[in-house]
Amino acid sequence: MGPAKRRKVAIFHRKMSGFEVFSDCGSMKCGAIRGITGVKISFDTYVISYRKECNCGKTIQLQEKKMFSTVRSAAVIGIEACPVQVEADICDGLPQFCMVGDLAPEVREAADRVRTALRNTRIAFPPRRVTVNLAPAHIRKEGTRFDLPVAAALLAALRIIPEEGLQGILMVGELGLDGSIRPVSGVLQTVMLAKDLGCRACLVPGENAREGAVIGGIQVIGMCSLQELLECLLSPDTWERRAEPFENWEERREAYQEDFREVNGQLGVRRAAEIAAAGMHNFLMVGSPGAGKTMIARRMPSILPRLTMEESLEISMVYSACGLLTDGEGLMKTRPFRSPHHTISPNALAGGGRRIRPGEISLATRGILFLDELPEFSRGALEVLRQPMEEGKVVISRTSGTCVFPARFQLIAAMNPCRCGYYPDRERCQCLPGEISQYLHRISRPLLDRIDICAETARIDYKELTGQWENESSAAIRSRVEAAQRIQKERYGQKNCRWNFNSQLPSSALPEFCALGDEEQKTMEEAFEKLHLSARAYHRIIKVARTIADLEGEERIRTTHLLEAVGYRAMDQKFWGG
Amino acid sequence: MEERKQNVRYVHRTEEEYPDRLKVHRGMPKGLYVIGRLPDPKRPAVAIVGARRSSVYGNEIARRFARELARAGVQIISGMAWGIDGKAHEGALEAGGDTFAVFGCGVDICYPSGHQALYEKLVERGGVLSEYPPGTPPRPGHFPMRNRLISGLSDLVLVVEAKEKSGSLITADLALEQGKDVYAVPGRLNDALSRGCLSLIRQGAGLADSPRVLLEALGIAEEKDEKQRNKEQSKILLAKEENIVYSWIRLQPVSLEELIEKTGFLPGKLLPILVGLQLKGCIREIQKNDYIRTD
Repeated sequence: MGPAKRRKVAIFHRKMSGFEVFSDCGSMKCGAIRGITGVKISFDTYVISYRKECNCGKTIQLQEKKMFSTVRSAAVIGIEACPVQVEADICDGLPQFCMVGDLAPEVREAADRVRTALRNTRIAFPPRRVTVNLAPAHIRKEGTRFDLPVAAALLAALRIIPEEGLQGILMVGELGLDGSIRPVSGVLQTVMLAKDLGCRACLVPGENAREGAVIGGIQVIGMCSLQELLECLLSPDTWERRAEPFENWEERREAYQEDFREVNGQLGVRRAAEIAAAGMHNFLMVGSPGAGKTMIARRMPSILPRLTMEESLEISMVYSACGLLTDGEGLMKTRPFRSPHHTISPNALAGGGRRIRPGEISLATRGILFLDELPEFSRGALEVLRQPMEEGKVVISRTSGTCVFPARFQLIAAMNPCRCGYYPDRERCQCLPGEISQYLHRISRPLLDRIDICAETARIDYKELTGQWENESSAAIRSRVEAAQRIQKERYGQKNCRWNFNSQLPSSALPEFCALGDEEQKTMEEAFEKLHLSARAYHRIIKVARTIADLEGEERIRTTHLLEAVGYRAMDQKFWGG
Repeated sequence: MEERKQNVRYVHRTEEEYPDRLKVHRGMPKGLYVIGRLPDPKRPAVAIVGARRSSVYGNEIARRFARELARAGVQIISGMAWGIDGKAHEGALEAGGDTFAVFGCGVDICYPSGHQALYEKLVERGGVLSEYPPGTPPRPGHFPMRNRLISGLSDLVLVVEAKEKSGSLITADLALEQGKDVYAVPGRLNDALSRGCLSLIRQGAGLADSPRVLLEALGIAEEKDEKQRNKEQSKILLAKEENIVYSWIRLQPVSLEELIEKTGFLPGKLLPILVGLQLKGCIREIQKNDYIRTD
């Protein structure tokens, strides 16, 4: 194309931006444009084009300019991101902004936000028909994360930014009316998806940039306004500079605020907590109100092994999808501690809803799910826990789809010995024996069967309440727990088992990993007979004994380990109440 | 329920089976509804009554007295209520003795319903009786009435734990009116549950500090003190550390934490000892990590 032709086309564009010259008369001197308004010669129905006669008498063909562009984005379904293509088209017609593609109301509202944000960024919105499609159209799109890709697609369709500039970029973000970009949820999985799709860069709201940057291996650029987006897309050479720096995970890890050092006395429960943490056993504390059950449960995450990058990512995925990551923080730096109120519904615990959201058990994954006042939880809510506890994940099926969430939590539960909480102190407890057993029977048997360790928190006295004690710190306990877990991982890793912890041992694997000597067999037989143990209780005791042996670094389970494990068994309800 | 109803017998005052112990008193029912047996008139009978909201200690005492008395051939009579009553029946059943429950409702109704297992055992190995026809629901007014039968059927009434205003004291009063001996188990002065017993003792009731006292009152010679022998035997078997732990455990429940403090053992060491003692039958875990002595 010669310079004159280029100029011709440019002038033409200025006059009638919707059409471009498909073929021209070939005469360099002909001012084709001048005669263009007015006579329409023919209309081709297949290719939207006009034929015109130019000044020198020849027929030229004008084709409607393609004003179409597409931008990559992603939707989050459950906690998984899936790719979404945002397509924008501008054509002649009544001025209208039309959005399609199975959209929730908040996505549809993007039209108004984008229009206003563009205008407030000094970009004229064309008085033409604008169609935006979010493909694939069969996936329900929710959330406000599509504002930014819609705006970018329009800018590209308007040729304000080059379309090829959007190649290999995935973006999400919510727009404010002033053109600012607001944070959205689910950035972590979005960036991960972008990386998997082989994108060059991922554009996210500025406040989510640190969150996205933890993935590494992809440029994550934080955008604070539409103006910034324009500048960024017009100069790809600045991306490197703009990208959020990848941070080393080790530097980010943060200490827990609560420490076992603050727990005075309670040696029995401390020991039980240590064993529970070492073998990832579920743990039930029984004790009067104010005896420190919650205090101990809150400190459980601090004695679990330090969070690894992979675990943190797994947890952060869930938190990111729920928009629960602390502002500006990329990853969860500590193990989660979730303590839902006992009025919680089964759905809130397991996850669900019209738009499927992870429940408390998924938010507690790789951490602690603490159920205070266990008997007060509705039976339905507690029953929901059983299957995820076995499988480490929860499958939620609704009409809108099926989601799988992680649920590898450790259950810590607390309860009072009776409704008033003071049994067996008869000076204070006025519960009838029938009421006490009724209270205990509220916990379903199958759930109790999944709790390996049960211990009592003692009533504390004044000395324990106020004293400055030299207690063992969480770090010291954690080092022992980590050592015990290493032994377990080695043992089960060597045999390629699908479990990592003693608590996950299936009963069929007990003879292999928890072999008992003759003396130990005899002790267990005696305990089984005298204490009326059930088969399940028997298995749990062996598993806990295995953990105690691991804590002491012993290869074999000894009688003392077994006896101690028997001491932690969950009480059979029929023996409660004296 | 229907099945149970069919098992109910009616024993009229004129029948020979009607307990002689009741015939001598006024105001006794015309007849009794019975499932199982009626107390043997030739053998001694002791009523053990007490608080429903009893302490672990009280339960243990009631059970022990019932066991020892039943072993000596005494029939145990009570009301199958929660607490002391139920434990007394259980103790008697443990010793393989005869025990009878007097109901304040129809004999086909298990009240309280939580005592179903005990009810079945009582029907099978002892008897339940009531002056109310089958199907009568439990009413508050019925219970003081049945207390006169409990005391009437027995030669002696033992009150284990009772508060200041207790139904058990009504039974004791009725027993005195009927000319029966009343014994009470003493307790600590500041326990609400020992007030009733202590006031009975102050009024002249017998002080029941061991089952032997009751056996002597009934005129039964004790053959051999088996309890003492058992205890000595178990003590010999205990290792030194076990003995230290055992010495701290009483009939009042003591928690693991208190034991840690008192013995100075770490939980990892103490818990195996406690479970070992449990397996030897020396102690019992009455609630999670709360232990009491057995014997």
